[in-house]
Amino acid sequence: MATAEIPYQETVPLHHPKTWLGKYVFSQDHKVIAVQYGITAMAVGLVALVLSWLMRIQLAFPGLLEGFGPDEYLSAITMHGMIMVIYLLTAFLLGAFGNFCVPLMCGARDMVFPFVNMLSYWVYLISVILLLVVYPLMLFTDVAPTGAGWTLYPPQTITAGTPGADWGIVLMLASLAIFIVAFTMGGLNYITTILQARTRGMTLMRMPLTVWGIFIATFLGLIAFPALFVSAVMMLLDRLIGTSFFMPAIVSLGQKLEYSGGQPLLFQHLFWFFGHPEVYIVALPAFGVVSDLISVHARKNIFGYRMMVWAIVAIGILSLIVWAHHMYVAGMHPYFGFFFATTTLIIAVPTAIKVYNWTLTLWRANIKLTVPMLFALSFVLTFIMGGITGLFLGNVIIDIPLSDTYFVVAHFHMVMGVSPILAIFGGIYHWYPKLTGRMLNDTVGKIHFYFTFIGTYVIYFPMHYLGFVGVPRRYYETALGGTFPDFYPPSAHYLNIFITIAALVVGIAQLLFIYNLVHSYFKGEKASDNPWGANSLEWRTPQTPPSHGNWDERLPTVHRWAYDFGVPGHDTDHVPQDVPRKESA
Amino acid sequence: MTETTAPGNESIFTATARDWSSDVTTFKGVPWGKAMMWIFLVSDTFIFTCFLVSYMTVRMTVTDPWPNPSEVFALAIPNELFGLQFFESSIPVPLLLIAIMTFVLISSSGTMAMAVNMGYQRNKKGVVLLMVATALLGMTFVGMQIFEWSKLIIDEEVAAWQNPMGAAQFGSFFFMVTGFHGLHVSAGVAYLLIVAWRVGRGHYDHTNFEIVEITGLYWHFVDLVWVFIFALFYLW
Repeated sequence: MATAEIPYQETVPLHHPKTWLGKYVFSQDHKVIAVQYGITAMAVGLVALVLSWLMRIQLAFPGLLEGFGPDEYLSAITMHGMIMVIYLLTAFLLGAFGNFCVPLMCGARDMVFPFVNMLSYWVYLISVILLLVVYPLMLFTDVAPTGAGWTLYPPQTITAGTPGADWGIVLMLASLAIFIVAFTMGGLNYITTILQARTRGMTLMRMPLTVWGIFIATFLGLIAFPALFVSAVMMLLDRLIGTSFFMPAIVSLGQKLEYSGGQPLLFQHLFWFFGHPEVYIVALPAFGVVSDLISVHARKNIFGYRMMVWAIVAIGILSLIVWAHHMYVAGMHPYFGFFFATTTLIIAVPTAIKVYNWTLTLWRANIKLTVPMLFALSFVLTFIMGGITGLFLGNVIIDIPLSDTYFVVAHFHMVMGVSPILAIFGGIYHWYPKLTGRMLNDTVGKIHFYFTFIGTYVIYFPMHYLGFVGVPRRYYETALGGTFPDFYPPSAHYLNIFITIAALVVGIAQLLFIYNLVHSYFKGEKASDNPWGANSLEWRTPQTPPSHGNWDERLPTVHRWAYDFGVPGHDTDHVPQDVPRKESA
Repeated sequence: MTETTAPGNESIFTATARDWSSDVTTFKGVPWGKAMMWIFLVSDTFIFTCFLVSYMTVRMTVTDPWPNPSEVFALAIPNELFGLQFFESSIPVPLLLIAIMTFVLISSSGTMAMAVNMGYQRNKKGVVLLMVATALLGMTFVGMQIFEWSKLIIDEEVAAWQNPMGAAQFGSFFFMVTGFHGLHVSAGVAYLLIVAWRVGRGHYDHTNFEIVEITGLYWHFVDLVWVFIFALFYLW
């Protein structure tokens, strides 16, 4: 290397906590924080899963659930969406994978500011508590969770008639604002660590793609979350002290409200300026994880590494200028639709580059169908599915009839619901041995995989059809036996029952995964230091699981990229990043 | 610092390539805290941008008349003081108060820059004095802002939800954006005082006093944001 810079982390002693509380609860160790983030995100995700069951049961068997009326249905939709997108996916991919992977893969001892990193988790926990406290409150007071839909569009969000328009929405907005504070503290750490705290020889273009994905996604988060923060603050003011930022003059329940002159469309612009990059905040880390998984488990170098990096960067930049494709039917100027449709379709280019590169990595590779690999492959398939329906919805003229139908539901669940979850599962199966020192059970993992993968297709494929026959999303009753039995064709009703049964089965199959996590932690087969034969630095720690500080006295020195598989002249089929190059080569 | 830091006359492409192919740190000689502060400021910029763009959007679409800033923000020079009469009647001067406030805040950026210079000269006494001076100027700014707010609220009966002179959004945006900026200044004052105290206690003696520059980055940012708020709220 040109420089012989000594990593700063080698020169400063690490703070070692003495107490149990300092080691495992208020820990500043990035690995412990990653686990805390992961467990909290999964717990809150289970709440959202149960909510989706309730909605599915209502859609298939109207009236079966006592006390689950239209208000509760709308609340469930809202909470399910918000929890899944923000408190599960964002928190897991950046909070858990970000914390675990970034320092280990960059060869750092820890995040640059471990204390801020710890605060990030605890503030996240506060936001989760504030989000969920509405359920215990429901039992004793008349506070209800907001039912505005996860997009929270004003004016209906804070107008009487929408569930939770009085206090549910306040809790939701406050929780979001606090989440953004937590994310900012974590995100600053990830970016600074990646930029300024890598080890010797770890250049930007030698970083594993997981780190690249997390890096650009975090940047997007720091740029996009402010828009959500601002809109949350403004809507809180509208609701609490009666400003009219988003509220036009409006008559509600026969009464003229005090509001006048506000701009409902402004909220949509702010929300989607956050909301669209959010898709890529979730997708880019998943891209990175999947790239690494495919390369390792196919025993072949990733095809077109540089192109993969630049595709991530290009997607990140483009994602900031496509937001209004969510608003084609909102009443904005039609020329805007033209512009945003164009930028939206351009995103398909770097995304397609990534998909082709994954496919070419698999081409004639020594593919090992391990559980992480199965999840990675299913991610690619699912992402292609969701991406192609995205091309439909990106065009104004096709989007208008499909807007607010189940086609949209199917599209975004495929592309940013199921795909990132599959990448998360793959990542967990891949890194669990390093995190705990034990392997997850392979058979249970495979059963879990097939139920999840096939199950999600069984759930979401029919929804495309429902969308084409015009079943609207977010409706409480769309089936026979409801109040409007003749509005939908009978096939829609039978498909709804079919989908609901599949959803219940897939949901229950997730218990296998939780069982696997818990059981293997105590009884699992002992893992070796590098069970998958991977090259990146996290597999080269002196201990498994890595101790506090990750490395010995000296940080590792990197001599090559993370994808040296099948290099001639070596004993093994993989050459880890810290193995020196031979003189002759 | 290594010898590879920033040779002056290379193209941006060469410089980028060098950054990307360098290990350990991308920005040579930049401490972690400074990098982190810059990234935080990027994020904070987007918060203020969203606030100001929202303000511009609503101001352009609102149907009620917008108050004339030259009148609303005018400060009347009193015609008498301690029983002595100067003028026939009090004279309203447009933007007088805000001109003084802006002058105070810009001056505080000057003292901050001097504090950073003192830091690199390892002159701790100078650092502490200049940072405290900066904090005092910041407090003066916030004090004058409180005066301006109370004038609007009590004399003109403007509130966040009402405005007798026209569009209610005038009060909403004014109090929200200047309030958010005022919170930034107040947090900055606390930050300055804490850092000054710690510099005085010798916490940073083993470093290059980068912390002073990092504090300065934040302070200059808050100052720069004010320029935009000033232009968009008082001059438009």
